[in-house]
Amino acid sequence: MRVGVVTFPGSLDDRDAARAVRECGGEAVALWHGDADLKGVDAVILPGGFSYGDYLRCGAIARFAPVMDALVPAARGGLPVLGICNGFQVLTESHLLPGALIRNDHRKFNCVDQRLVVENASTAWTSDFEAGQEITIVLKNGEGGFVADEKTLDTLEGEGRVVFRYVPDAEGRNPNGSYRHIAGITNERGNVVGLMPHPEHAVEEGYGPSLDGRGFFTSIIKQTLESAATA
Amino acid sequence: MSDIQTAPLLDTVEHAASTPDVEQPWAELGLKVDEYANIREIIGRRPTIAELAMYSVMWSEHCSYKSSKIHFSLWGENTTDEMREKLLVGIGENAGVVDIGDGWAVTFKVESHNHPSYVEPYQGAATGVGGIIRDIMSMGARPIAVMDPLRFGNLHHPDTQRVLPGVVAGVGGYGNCIGLPNIGGEVVFDDCYQGNPLVNALCVGAMRVEDIHLARASGVGNKVILFGAKTGGDGIGGVSVLASETFDEGGPTKRPAVQVGDPFAEKVLIECCLDLYAAGVVDGIQDLGGAGLSCATSELASNGDGGMQVELSLVPLRDASLQPQEILMSESQERMMAVVEPKHLDEFMAITEKWDVEATVIGEVTDGDHLVITWHGEVIVDVPPRSVAHEGPTYDRPLARPAYLDGLNAAGTAELAKPESGDEIRAQLLTLLGSPNLCDKSWITDQYDRYVLGNTALAQPDDSGVVRVDEETGRGVAVSTDCNGRFAKLDPYAGAQLALAEAYRNVATAGAAPLAVTDCLNFGSPEDPGVMWQFREAIRGIAEGCRFLGIPVTGGNVSFYNQTGDVAIHPTPVIGVLGVMEDVSKRSGSGFRSDDAHVYLLGTTRDELDGSEWAHVIHKHLGGLPPMVDLAAEQSLGRVLVEAARTGVVEAAHDLSEGGLAIALAEACMRHGVGVTVDGLDQVGADAEGNPLDAFTALFSESSARALVAVPAGHAAEFEAMLGEVPHARIGVTGGRDLEVVGHFSVSVAELKSAHEFTLPAVFGA
Repeated sequence: MRVGVVTFPGSLDDRDAARAVRECGGEAVALWHGDADLKGVDAVILPGGFSYGDYLRCGAIARFAPVMDALVPAARGGLPVLGICNGFQVLTESHLLPGALIRNDHRKFNCVDQRLVVENASTAWTSDFEAGQEITIVLKNGEGGFVADEKTLDTLEGEGRVVFRYVPDAEGRNPNGSYRHIAGITNERGNVVGLMPHPEHAVEEGYGPSLDGRGFFTSIIKQTLESAATA
Repeated sequence: MSDIQTAPLLDTVEHAASTPDVEQPWAELGLKVDEYANIREIIGRRPTIAELAMYSVMWSEHCSYKSSKIHFSLWGENTTDEMREKLLVGIGENAGVVDIGDGWAVTFKVESHNHPSYVEPYQGAATGVGGIIRDIMSMGARPIAVMDPLRFGNLHHPDTQRVLPGVVAGVGGYGNCIGLPNIGGEVVFDDCYQGNPLVNALCVGAMRVEDIHLARASGVGNKVILFGAKTGGDGIGGVSVLASETFDEGGPTKRPAVQVGDPFAEKVLIECCLDLYAAGVVDGIQDLGGAGLSCATSELASNGDGGMQVELSLVPLRDASLQPQEILMSESQERMMAVVEPKHLDEFMAITEKWDVEATVIGEVTDGDHLVITWHGEVIVDVPPRSVAHEGPTYDRPLARPAYLDGLNAAGTAELAKPESGDEIRAQLLTLLGSPNLCDKSWITDQYDRYVLGNTALAQPDDSGVVRVDEETGRGVAVSTDCNGRFAKLDPYAGAQLALAEAYRNVATAGAAPLAVTDCLNFGSPEDPGVMWQFREAIRGIAEGCRFLGIPVTGGNVSFYNQTGDVAIHPTPVIGVLGVMEDVSKRSGSGFRSDDAHVYLLGTTRDELDGSEWAHVIHKHLGGLPPMVDLAAEQSLGRVLVEAARTGVVEAAHDLSEGGLAIALAEACMRHGVGVTVDGLDQVGADAEGNPLDAFTALFSESSARALVAVPAGHAAEFEAMLGEVPHARIGVTGGRDLEVVGHFSVSVAELKSAHEFTLPAVFGA
């Protein structure tokens, strides 16, 4: 089971994502932004960070990286892809996922241990969770407000493509102003998932708020092994 | 084309030799008359304008330590052979390096970026973080964490609204984007910092022992390579004076002397440098920070065994109109200089190209002992590099104990009104919990990424930041920075030792064995004999304290002139202590975790309220003498705390400092929402006559060498057996949802939290 982790210049959580893959029993394969080569991996993670500095819109330049020329068609063909934080931003900029991520409504970077509800436990990356399960993983971003037009939001909800929602605080607010408390979504096929919080920071005892992030990686590893067995 | 434009104006060495009487702008560049005369004597003629620029920045207080270095002999005199054993690289390099075992070396250092952060809070703070990270990189290490000790004026002063959000956004903006966890630091408010906020930045890096790199240029014919960002007109004279009109009116020197940071460029530079080190193609390396190319060229050459020749017109520029002397002074960020053997040049260039980092060979190492810099082939600098880098002026400035101290020390807290009833104590506890220095700082620290790299085992608000270094074994380090400026104001020797003691204790509280020290000495003007006396006392306190504790000072920074008019800041010697743990997953957190654990107070509590947070908040009072320093007690306490974490018998440990036992109890309750019932307050300390302390004094005294620990009942006997000579009292038991001090007061954890968390959002917005 080989999971590629793309490094763009300015990627920060790439080593963490690779570690999480290993911790959960997979093999992590380093992919380089400048190579349009996925090295035959079974799944790909676009990690967190500030690709190319993100001085323009987040993810806007990474979308044009050579590796994306290989990744976009592969994702459309069913390759499982997980975009975490900056990776989620890259996925929306690439139109693999709808909507956009804008500056947090309170206009500050925010690093917190965040409670989420898993809404869809049937994607490639969430099958080890139960629908309705509450998990706590790290949220850390400056531009994490998920926005889309009403029709898109209705479609996402109607088709069960909202994968994670923030658990709002006592005043009913979520941590960044995301519409309808959406923290993560998937494409129609369920192979591409993007979310702002960071599951890779919650896979090891003693380092992070919980072990809830492991489910992302065990989901994809199990699913790939199963599909290999049935193929 | 630039040849034609600049040639008639170019002040070459030849021209300087033939025009000895030209008036030179030495005063505008911040040099004193005798310093200028000294330069003329060293080089045997008047300096060229480029040479004058170099000397002016390198002989600035910031770079040359001219007022402070005469006192640095105290470090050496107090460093024993035993302390040197773990020291791989000591004071004088970009950062000190210590051996943490298993073949791992750790480098760490704290520096100030105070003045730029007041002028331009965001960029000042951001480039402070960037600068210290490059110091760590230039030792050959991967940076693994940052911390920021910050000090501001009055929380409610309008200018604090300008400075604090900018500084915090700058620290976060740079550190988050470069991908280093921010694991701690301090935020202190005091009126004395109103016009002089302190922005100190600490970075920790790790490497294998054999990978240590040093800043030196050796090997005749080796190439000198400048790589990273292009050079611009920012930060010219940042270390000496603000931009001088004398250079070129209307030119780029008009720009502010504050640098502008690009964290993305530095992130790429880190990865690029680590690839270069791994490939073994770097012979010597130096970062470009204060004094820019002037510093890098002269220090590399001075530390090496030969000379250096540099062609300055090869430096890639952001602004083609920059004059050579401006290029030498520019403090543009995200630049490094490497010395590379010719046979490694191609590989070096291939690696920089992979990371899209611009790299340019601008010169080479020569035989002889001169630093020669040319501009389009004409010699504009020809100096002995040591005279620039290491042989600047030394001042033995007058020092005198300030006359006000006797009066200040006599005005203790004995006469202040103290709360008597339980209700009054309860009310003052809540007031203190919400006061600027003790309130919840998450409005600030949540703007920093504390998780990136995936090795953070502990971060703010716990007592130390703890990160894993070795992913196989869990071996790692704990770091804490501390200083109580009020104590240092009352007695700079004791105050500095109390700062050292607190940082030492914080590291031990997390479970790490203290190993080494870095310091950032923030003071007023060295031209004031009273300030100079404070400075000398503080250094003496730190050096003698370190000797007692057996941990060496590995490096640091002096920041003078933190003064507005005649009013200096409190002496603020910020001390960073680094400790080592075999397995950081065994660290102790500061919060109570479960019900029914025994709560112990370790250490001796005395009636020590002078200079306390209580006196500051409730009475706006500062006077008397700071708490007694007892370094032997700190050592014994530290040994117990480290052993208790290692064996896993404690489930929480928390240092006692500002606000004393009351605040420590409240913080331990709020961390995870677990309450405590304190029924042993009468066992906390005694007064001079041996009578038990009154409840208020027991709760708010700030005696040093104390910690609070929670021990599951099943481990109590094992824990008590470890205590040896450490004074201790079992004062209560965890559980419930209240902090109850039996016979005095009770307050719910929810009420504690609401008092604690209200303050900063009320001022800065949610």
